[in-house]
Amino acid sequence: MRLFVSDGVPGCLPVLAAAGRARGRAEVLISTVGPEDCVVPFLTRPKVPVLQLDSGNYLFSTSAICRYFFLLSGWEQDDLTNQWLEWEATELQPALSAALYYLVVQGKKGEDVLGSVRRALTHIDHSLSRQNCPFLAGETESLADIVLWGALYPLLQDPAYLPEELSALHSWFQTLSTQEPCQRAAETVLKQQGVLALRPYLQKQPQPSPAEGRAVTNEPEEEELATLSEEEIAMAVTAWEKGLESLPPLRPQQNPVLPVAGERNVLITSALPYVNNVPHLGNIIGCVLSADVFARYSRLRQWNTLYLCGTDEYGTATETKALEEGLTPQEICDKYHIIHADIYRWFNISFDIFGRTTTPQQTKITQDIFQQLLKRGFVLQDTVEQLRCEHCARFLADRFVEGVCPFCGYEEARGDQCDKCGKLINAVELKKPQCKVCRSCPVVQSSQHLFLDLPKLEKRLEEWLGRTLPGSDWTPNAQFITRSWLRDGLKPRCITRDLKWGTPVPLEGFEDKVFYVWFDATIGYLSITANYTDQWERWWKNPEQVDLYQFMAKDNVPFHSLVFPCSALGAEDNYTLVSHLIATEYLNYEDGKFSKSRGVGVFGDMAQDTGIPADIWRFYLLYIRPEGQDSAFSWTDLLLKNNSELLNNLGNFINRAGMFVSKFFGGYVPEMVLTPDDQRLLAHVTLELQHYHQLLEKVRIRDALRSILTISRHGNQYIQVNEPWKRIKGSEADRQRAGTVTGLAVNIAALLSVMLQPYMPTVSATIQAQLQLPPPACSILLTNFLCTLPAGHQIGTVSPLFQKLENDQIESLRQRFGGGQGIFMVAGDNFVVLQAKTSPKPAVVETVTTAKPQQIQALMDEVTKQGNIVRELKAQKADKNEVAAEVAKLLDLKKQLAVAEGKPPEAPKGKKKK
Amino acid sequence: MAAAAELSLLEKSLGLSKGNKYSAQGERQIPVLQTNNGPSLTGLTTIAAHLVKQANKEYLLGSTAEEKAIVQQWLEYRVTQVDGHSSKNDIHTLLKDLNSYLEDKVYLTGYNFTLADILLYYGLHRFIILEKFIQGFWITDQLFKVKLVIL
Repeated sequence: MRLFVSDGVPGCLPVLAAAGRARGRAEVLISTVGPEDCVVPFLTRPKVPVLQLDSGNYLFSTSAICRYFFLLSGWEQDDLTNQWLEWEATELQPALSAALYYLVVQGKKGEDVLGSVRRALTHIDHSLSRQNCPFLAGETESLADIVLWGALYPLLQDPAYLPEELSALHSWFQTLSTQEPCQRAAETVLKQQGVLALRPYLQKQPQPSPAEGRAVTNEPEEEELATLSEEEIAMAVTAWEKGLESLPPLRPQQNPVLPVAGERNVLITSALPYVNNVPHLGNIIGCVLSADVFARYSRLRQWNTLYLCGTDEYGTATETKALEEGLTPQEICDKYHIIHADIYRWFNISFDIFGRTTTPQQTKITQDIFQQLLKRGFVLQDTVEQLRCEHCARFLADRFVEGVCPFCGYEEARGDQCDKCGKLINAVELKKPQCKVCRSCPVVQSSQHLFLDLPKLEKRLEEWLGRTLPGSDWTPNAQFITRSWLRDGLKPRCITRDLKWGTPVPLEGFEDKVFYVWFDATIGYLSITANYTDQWERWWKNPEQVDLYQFMAKDNVPFHSLVFPCSALGAEDNYTLVSHLIATEYLNYEDGKFSKSRGVGVFGDMAQDTGIPADIWRFYLLYIRPEGQDSAFSWTDLLLKNNSELLNNLGNFINRAGMFVSKFFGGYVPEMVLTPDDQRLLAHVTLELQHYHQLLEKVRIRDALRSILTISRHGNQYIQVNEPWKRIKGSEADRQRAGTVTGLAVNIAALLSVMLQPYMPTVSATIQAQLQLPPPACSILLTNFLCTLPAGHQIGTVSPLFQKLENDQIESLRQRFGGGQGIFMVAGDNFVVLQAKTSPKPAVVETVTTAKPQQIQALMDEVTKQGNIVRELKAQKADKNEVAAEVAKLLDLKKQLAVAEGKPPEAPKGKKKK
Repeated sequence: MAAAAELSLLEKSLGLSKGNKYSAQGERQIPVLQTNNGPSLTGLTTIAAHLVKQANKEYLLGSTAEEKAIVQQWLEYRVTQVDGHSSKNDIHTLLKDLNSYLEDKVYLTGYNFTLADILLYYGLHRFIILEKFIQGFWITDQLFKVKLVIL
């Protein structure tokens, strides 16, 4: 019989480890084939390993091949082994493939990888420790052990993915891994490259569906009304009655904004977008927009705030783009800097400064930091072998070389990777290398480079992190990424490049070199500030007085948490270091299926062409902000959120409140005589407002937006229950009641306009103009709900705030962006642009999984209605069974809705925290 | 067909008199059998193989080492491929592959009817449109080729 195996295919591990069992019973010839070879004649898709039997039959299942070898050795089948093998095929394999895919193809780490397999690993561990046997099916090693070991080996050979607390699994795995057949199998298949050997194979596998492990969800958690104490109510009423008087005077506008001793000084940066392309929506939510919300909030709190950003302009990518467009790098930067600035202006981003990195200040500050590091012995020199094109008289960056792949012989392999076999290539190993620009043959030359001695700075870094992290608002992913880099140990990092477009290296022998962008890009924040004010050091060399918030996507974390802090700590110049590092997760597009490619996507400028106002984009992107977990952009969801949350909830409430004042009270806010019910509402609104503050102080932007919508829901319900439009036609007492309800409602609308300001600045200003909200109340947000529109206040002309989005409008946008053109988006500025599926889904699948938007809308309305019924019953403290019955109806409706939206129905959750 | 119903059907055709009760586990509703004389068994094919042994019809699991391995391979195929896929393309490929495999065979192992034929038949049942299904035969229909397998 003949066994077909292939390097780097995980299934070959157990098969090779088990093959020895057949020794003496049958002759096994081993043939190595490519992972894509179709060995089995009747299977459409490639499948390796395969065992061709002497009868001519094929075994193409990894477990079946192992089983056959074991059967030949006289082993008998048993229930327990069958059960383990069935579990391996149906439960373990899907989880493992997902984990390996995240690890190897997507470059994720830690919990992002472990999360999908943890349950399976725990299951094995528990079984081993419960039955108190060293092996899965008894006292001796058997088929189940080999099959599971082979499946787990690629992941678990990295100790980081073998949790120590799973001690039974740990020792089982170690026992098997040290056995000779297993060791040899591992060497043959992984070639001592570890899990990376699987890369070419895994790249061909479909992306795992997010159903395994963490679900991608945009849904908020269910709200429940908190119970209030008498004191809370009394305090809320007192604060309300004080009204406008309790507002402090408005901070005068400063120019330039500088830190003030004794005040809270907040310095906010957004990751610098790379200049050579138009930013996509992923960049915008990942850093610029998120930082903008926080900057606006910070100003509403009257904190002394400086928000800065700019374009990152140096580097190979700019040089490449310049070659492509036939311009000089400087011209490219000038052109794209303006495009960036225009897009952010359209999105209403409130930068105090939007600068750029190609300035004399950048050179000055970068060189200064470098000199300090050099003086203190934190810079190393080493030789690096590189390709140099004599004709172009320069060293070639990886992407400037092409040649024949040393592994598969593909003619047009790139300098960093072969597109055919997917293997990573070191550019000097390419056969027949060619300069991509002039097509002449480059030569290998060694070149001197400078390295930042991170290991030497590691101790200082750890001390600083030890002081900074406790009690800070670093997002968990930022802390995790930083910790995992430190755990692996820092290595010296090359900080120079053989390029022209960059900051020159001020050192003899390095005149032809520039600093590598990752050394000097983060210094851009400092130089951009220096171009804004010559007193920039008051922000950047003032850690005692300045609170630095840095916003980015998670791929940017190491530069901000390790590299820049190390440079700054090594320079010993009292630099301000990040106090709160805020990193987002990834935003996917539609159903999340994508392939990496460059230059396609929904970009900032295209968002303008959709006819959807900037504030609606802001709202939706912030509503689905990938905060704590990945989320997905969906056109249908955008339509639904606009029509349900903005139009029906928020817009409806604010418009009704204003209209009642105009229609029933001639545009003047009526007298308010608060009943106990009104006072309770005041307290609820206050509580929600305080919740909003707590969340935003922790930079939980997406969650705080929920608080705004909750208040507006309370408001709608309040109007609905009290029916001022009926009471206005009734008795004197009724008319007074209508006045109170209208007055309180319009004050809630005024509060919402301020809370909304960080999220939707234009809508906020429109509401404030309609209500003629007094200026100090527009720009300051306290932690209490105040009466800012007292009786007698005259409001302006009220008009609707939002427009309904129509199905055909959204459908045509989806076609335009989803069908073939490709689309975003990963947050962050390393420009991973993801292409959507190239054709729309087949209609058959569509009808099965998703309902039409109209049906979804109808269901959503029903959910809202039923939700109100439940809330009212709860508020009335109705009979428990009655409430339970209505809750059951609500849950059922939600399930239908989830099915209609094509989402997996949510598992029943426990009681929610408030 | 829910797994429990499928296993009951199998019990009947194996001539097992006393019907077992099955519980279901997790999202995918994996069947669990509590046996009288030992720990519970989890998984469709695991339980099915157990039932076959209970009915003393071990030949349904294959007689030679080769047959035994082939039976288990197709049982695995049933729970991973047939149950795992739902898109039209996947089903099409699956039926095409099966059809081409069965081209020169009567049963999945060749000439002997086994548990693999039973479970694969049950599993494919939902893909095969009723009118192309004739009692006592099973069909994988690929446009022009019709493969009949006598049960």
